[in-house]
Amino acid sequence: MKAFLILEDGHVFVGKSIGSTREMVSEIVFNTSMTGYLEVLTDPSYSGQAVVMTYPLIGNYGICYEDMESVKPWADGFIVRELSRIPSNFRSEDTIQNFLLENDIPGICGIDTRALTKLLRKRGTMNGMITTKEDFQIEEVQKRLKAYVTGDEVSKVTCQETYVLRGKGYKVALLDLGAKHNIAHSLHKRGCEVTVYPSFTSAKEILAAGPDGIMLSNGPGDPKAYTSIIKEIHTLYQSDIPIFAICLGHQLMALATGADTYRLKYGHRGGNHPVKDLESGRVYITAQNHGYAVNSEKLSPSVAVPTFINVNDGTNEGLCYTGKSIMTVQFHPEASPGPQDCAYLFDKFLTMMEEKRHA
Amino acid sequence: MPKNPEIKKVLVIGSGPIVIGQAAEFDYAGTQACRSLKEEGLEVVLLNSNPATIMTDKDIADKVYIEPLTVEVVEQLIRKEQPDSVLPTLGGQAGLNLAMELDERGFFEKTGVKLIGTTSETIKKAEDRLEFKSTMEKIKEPVAPSLVVESLEEGIAFANQIGYPVVLRPAYTLGGSGGGIAHQQEALEEILSNGLRLSRVGQVLVERCIAGWKEIEYEVMRDQAGNVITICNMENIDPVGVHTGDSIVVAPSQTLGDKEYQMLRTSALRIISELSITGGCNVQFALHPESFEYCVIEVNPRVSRSSALASKATGYPIAKVAAKIAIGYTLDEIKNAITEQTMASFEPMLDYCVVKMPRLPFDKFISAKRTLTTQMKATGEVMSISDSFEGGLMKAIRSLEQHVDSLLSYDFTHLSKEKLLEQLAVVDDRRIWVIAEALRRGITYEEIHAVTKIDIWFIDKLARLVEMEQTLREQELTFEILKEAKRLEFPDRVIAYLTQKTEEEIRFLRHEQGIVAAYKMVDTCAAEFAAKTPYYYSVYGSENEVEVKKDRKKVLVLGSGPIRIGQGIEFDFCSVHCTWAFAKEGYETIIVNNNPETVSTDFDIADKLYFEPLTPEDVESIVRLEKPDGAVVQFGGQTAIKLTEALIKMGVPILGTSAENVDAAEDRELFDKILEECGIPRPKGDTVYTIEEAKAVAHRLGYPVLVRPSYVLGGQGMQIAIHDKDVEEFIGIINRIAQDHPILVDKYLQGKELEVDAVCDGEEILIPGIMEHIERAGIHSGDSISVYPAQSISDHVKATIEEYTRRLARSLHVIGLINIQFIAVGEEVYVIEVNPRSSRTVPYISKVTGIPIVPLATKVILGQKIRALGYKPGLQKEAAYVAIKMPVFSFEKIRDADISLGPEMKSTGECLGIAKDFQEALYKAFLGAGIRLPKYKNMIITVRDEDKEEAVEIAKRFEALGYNIFATKGTARALMEADVQVRMARKLEQESPNILDLILGHQIDLVIDTPSQGVEHSRDGFVIRRNAIETGVNVVTAIDTAKALVMALENVGDRELTLVDIAKVEDARAGVMHTITNKRII
Repeated sequence: MKAFLILEDGHVFVGKSIGSTREMVSEIVFNTSMTGYLEVLTDPSYSGQAVVMTYPLIGNYGICYEDMESVKPWADGFIVRELSRIPSNFRSEDTIQNFLLENDIPGICGIDTRALTKLLRKRGTMNGMITTKEDFQIEEVQKRLKAYVTGDEVSKVTCQETYVLRGKGYKVALLDLGAKHNIAHSLHKRGCEVTVYPSFTSAKEILAAGPDGIMLSNGPGDPKAYTSIIKEIHTLYQSDIPIFAICLGHQLMALATGADTYRLKYGHRGGNHPVKDLESGRVYITAQNHGYAVNSEKLSPSVAVPTFINVNDGTNEGLCYTGKSIMTVQFHPEASPGPQDCAYLFDKFLTMMEEKRHA
Repeated sequence: MPKNPEIKKVLVIGSGPIVIGQAAEFDYAGTQACRSLKEEGLEVVLLNSNPATIMTDKDIADKVYIEPLTVEVVEQLIRKEQPDSVLPTLGGQAGLNLAMELDERGFFEKTGVKLIGTTSETIKKAEDRLEFKSTMEKIKEPVAPSLVVESLEEGIAFANQIGYPVVLRPAYTLGGSGGGIAHQQEALEEILSNGLRLSRVGQVLVERCIAGWKEIEYEVMRDQAGNVITICNMENIDPVGVHTGDSIVVAPSQTLGDKEYQMLRTSALRIISELSITGGCNVQFALHPESFEYCVIEVNPRVSRSSALASKATGYPIAKVAAKIAIGYTLDEIKNAITEQTMASFEPMLDYCVVKMPRLPFDKFISAKRTLTTQMKATGEVMSISDSFEGGLMKAIRSLEQHVDSLLSYDFTHLSKEKLLEQLAVVDDRRIWVIAEALRRGITYEEIHAVTKIDIWFIDKLARLVEMEQTLREQELTFEILKEAKRLEFPDRVIAYLTQKTEEEIRFLRHEQGIVAAYKMVDTCAAEFAAKTPYYYSVYGSENEVEVKKDRKKVLVLGSGPIRIGQGIEFDFCSVHCTWAFAKEGYETIIVNNNPETVSTDFDIADKLYFEPLTPEDVESIVRLEKPDGAVVQFGGQTAIKLTEALIKMGVPILGTSAENVDAAEDRELFDKILEECGIPRPKGDTVYTIEEAKAVAHRLGYPVLVRPSYVLGGQGMQIAIHDKDVEEFIGIINRIAQDHPILVDKYLQGKELEVDAVCDGEEILIPGIMEHIERAGIHSGDSISVYPAQSISDHVKATIEEYTRRLARSLHVIGLINIQFIAVGEEVYVIEVNPRSSRTVPYISKVTGIPIVPLATKVILGQKIRALGYKPGLQKEAAYVAIKMPVFSFEKIRDADISLGPEMKSTGECLGIAKDFQEALYKAFLGAGIRLPKYKNMIITVRDEDKEEAVEIAKRFEALGYNIFATKGTARALMEADVQVRMARKLEQESPNILDLILGHQIDLVIDTPSQGVEHSRDGFVIRRNAIETGVNVVTAIDTAKALVMALENVGDRELTLVDIAKVEDARAGVMHTITNKRII
């Protein structure tokens, strides 16, 4: 069946419908990872967004359920050049076509994804609609697209109840703002007992459990929209418990301590972003998925100092909080998908908890 | 970390002659690296024995030594030039081996010269099988169970322990020479004993066979600060068991999930970190198709064929960055030359699919086994880029120029299903065509996978192409079908064939419906950043992103496609120099080529690079978009020449010599007329179409005669016939290959073969020099030893050659380059071949005379005159040096290839010997070609009757040098009669010890074996020559070569060589200096 991708600026791409045939309106973002489409689809940070994969051949290794980064796919829509007719991998349990259908995710294939990516790069992230209705009125759709705003995505994607991954090591409280499974898994693998809290949990409750460390996860949306969470994080900041924050967690901690965030023109989404460790000078290749960044210029050194910057565009990629045992990064050390080069940060977090225990 | 201030003068070691396993990729890497070092203000001294390369230009390095790559030469050169550092990682295995030998001799320690780009510890850890294994064990990276053995017994015992099949890999050899898979003890004994002989250190690795696993490669980089990145990963379609150089390879990997991808990426980065590599490195993995189990197969701590491919596949200039890292920079200090806004410390993201296919030489070696093994056989490769795998594969197939353009090109329809399944199990270069036929017969993916172990994802892609064939055959050609067929890159010709229309109709239909190629950019970052690279590939059904400019005159330069025997790196040299020359004249330059190994496909050579097949249809798409003011075809070998007619039809003016005149040189009747008009004799001959006609001509001329097809390269299909039955056989072979052109039969003249390359401006000519072939006529000029200046001809002959060249160039209205081959019989000069285009000898003659003939020819093409360019027309004064071009062969790589020389070209590369006197030049040339004598001072002579007289003289001279001579009966008798001390060797069929045992006992330095002319029906000579080559014995198959060899040995012996800086061979005649522009800078 024919499908159309209509952009806010009036561009229309004609392709074939994949997955659900229902109409979808969302923010259109592109991801440059060449592998890891299932991890991308199930990353809660994509809630409220439809993803374009810049790599043209998708679905080659089918669906390996154990690679899902959350219980379901969150992306609003999926935009690709070509879907493989058959999956080929010893772990594959399903096809991407079925997966999209079963999860009611609309998508479009057979379009020039490179041309689309270039548009998004030049004009910045835009809203768009995927529809199978041929009789759309472009002006009317554009009006709808311009008016579209994403809502409180975190409350959609966070877990509804607290749960625990048992372990014998450090007790880590993980505030689920839309956490990818591999964050909890990376800690659990290192022996930690991970208690995962819904995003609406109060700081008081978390602190009352007496964790050795607190982990703030990644998540979707505009960080400034989450005022109540920011307030709770401010309370966590005031405790002396070691904190490690990733992506949205990093942004919220910055906002909680007086810094500012801003929207990037088209974000960083992919598995090849170089970040420089300002202390050692080492460059690491990281997985990234964010549309907002912390404005480090307005940062007071008495609160936090930058630890990582993006080698490509100089944007802030990490902070270390002065006088605190708090480390936050914009990129994704948990990878999945993407390079595992920064997994050492989880070890560092363990060291922070170790030091705290012996302090 | 910025540049190391202690590094001021660097010696760069090149890779030497082109052989299978070490080809043009090192010229590409070396040239890029030298330019990169020079732009940092360093003084670059270059050593490479290969004169056909661009890296040996005086514009690329400050000092250029085209000298043999031996330890002695490197030591002497370092003493002479006093560099502070040596960069060995750009010269392939040859460069690394030299560095290792120097280190083992304690040379670096003694002199304080530093190895940069790598350390000897790193090389040892990566290259020495034992050290590599223990390093991998230390960091817990799995390797297949293996043992390094130094004897046959050890090998057998270990194989029994781990079980068959086992893989055998000799240490320190090129392209896996002498390796293979043994399924039982007999095969093990054969391969292992051979491998032990070929290994520089007498070691062979015996390991668990992981054949059938996925073969995955990662190209990674590291700097001194420890930053590590991956440039590209690649998946071999052919599972482990076929050398990656012979595999169809796709980038990025297609069947790996992120978990597998990252697992192997992390492993590759751990390995490069542990080995402390500073620069580029290639890591090969075997990945179990049904689990996460993997093994590290091999690590190459240097730039390689794969790194050249990765550079072209991603746009990331690995060699350039590696050179910067070698002198101290870190990745985050080096700019990404493609985006010019991001840094080199990132990982390229592809938004397209790259397919590489090997160019195998089985069209040249008809007797050779086509089977593909762990021993590389390809002479070159092609790469293509598309947004689908199917499109990439289809484009790669037609880039091969082997009469293939689709999955229908090899016909297996005659095979029964059983036979077809048997054929599927044969791992050779036609396997994907066999799979296609299997799919047409309804054999399931699973069955095909069970036999071939090829991943079903790839099988499904082949199936899609087969389904499209079916659709085109059976359904009406609708807009949608045509659009999809083009998206899958079906050429118009194939669509026409399947739909029973004409190609013209399809083309018209396409244009009418707006189904045209669009071009996308290779930008390293999947469009995330705006890129400045002018590097494009075509796709159908997408938006075009090329910006067509019209501010300058525009020239299309057609490249020469994959490296093959007969059309090698020299044409890339010509294309690149022509492009630079056009740029200097203010032209916008556009290169079209598909060879990832070459300099011409580096994205900063021309203003625009189209990485495309060189077929009329593909070129037309570019022409329609760019509308060039003209095209040059005379620099791209036959590949470009073949496009002439098509370009004229497209309305593109051919710059330089006109197409009619190119045709006139090839058309027998026209050419005879021109020769007659010019008063130039040629050997008598005629044009024929049938065997009967050919025999009639042969009888009229009298045997021996030369039989050859017109319009071919490197004497393909050319043979000397001495009987009617030879004629019958040759014409049969020629007609087997699709031939639209007639066959030529000429009287074979035995005389001195001479050759010139000349520039003609329409009136006047410039001949840099006359080259004389050491071998008599009858051996292909590309396989002959060529001497400049000619040593044994009279001034009268020289003057005649000059005059004939002038007459011919004028009457053919040559504008640009012309190559003419002559035969001199006494004072009489005959013309045997004229090519109104650049030739194999152009780089060689340019370098040794100091006359930049490609830029001169380019200027002439643009209307300038030789005199106005500062040259006195005519034959130029001879240089003060003798320069000898020596052919280099790769016979040991091609099982069952006949190594005897004849009119069909067989050499893969060449090296140079340059010196003040002839003997030293000759000695250097032999040394450069790898002939290092004496060792044991034992030799075998077995010659045909015609050569016996001359063999006596040669034998006497070898005897005087202290050689023990063995000979077969007939030869021995002749030698004894002349009082040469000779030992009789028993014939092959006689009991041991016979001639073969002598060879296999490997105490023999040299075999002189001249096969009789015509079709040799005896297998004896063939078996002797093959065994000698595979045992690593030097074999000479022409009496003239033998004579030259003994002369070289007599006159040089142990004396120290004089090293010549070729950059100083002045272009004294004109004082014209030309420098290239380093246009874009990383």
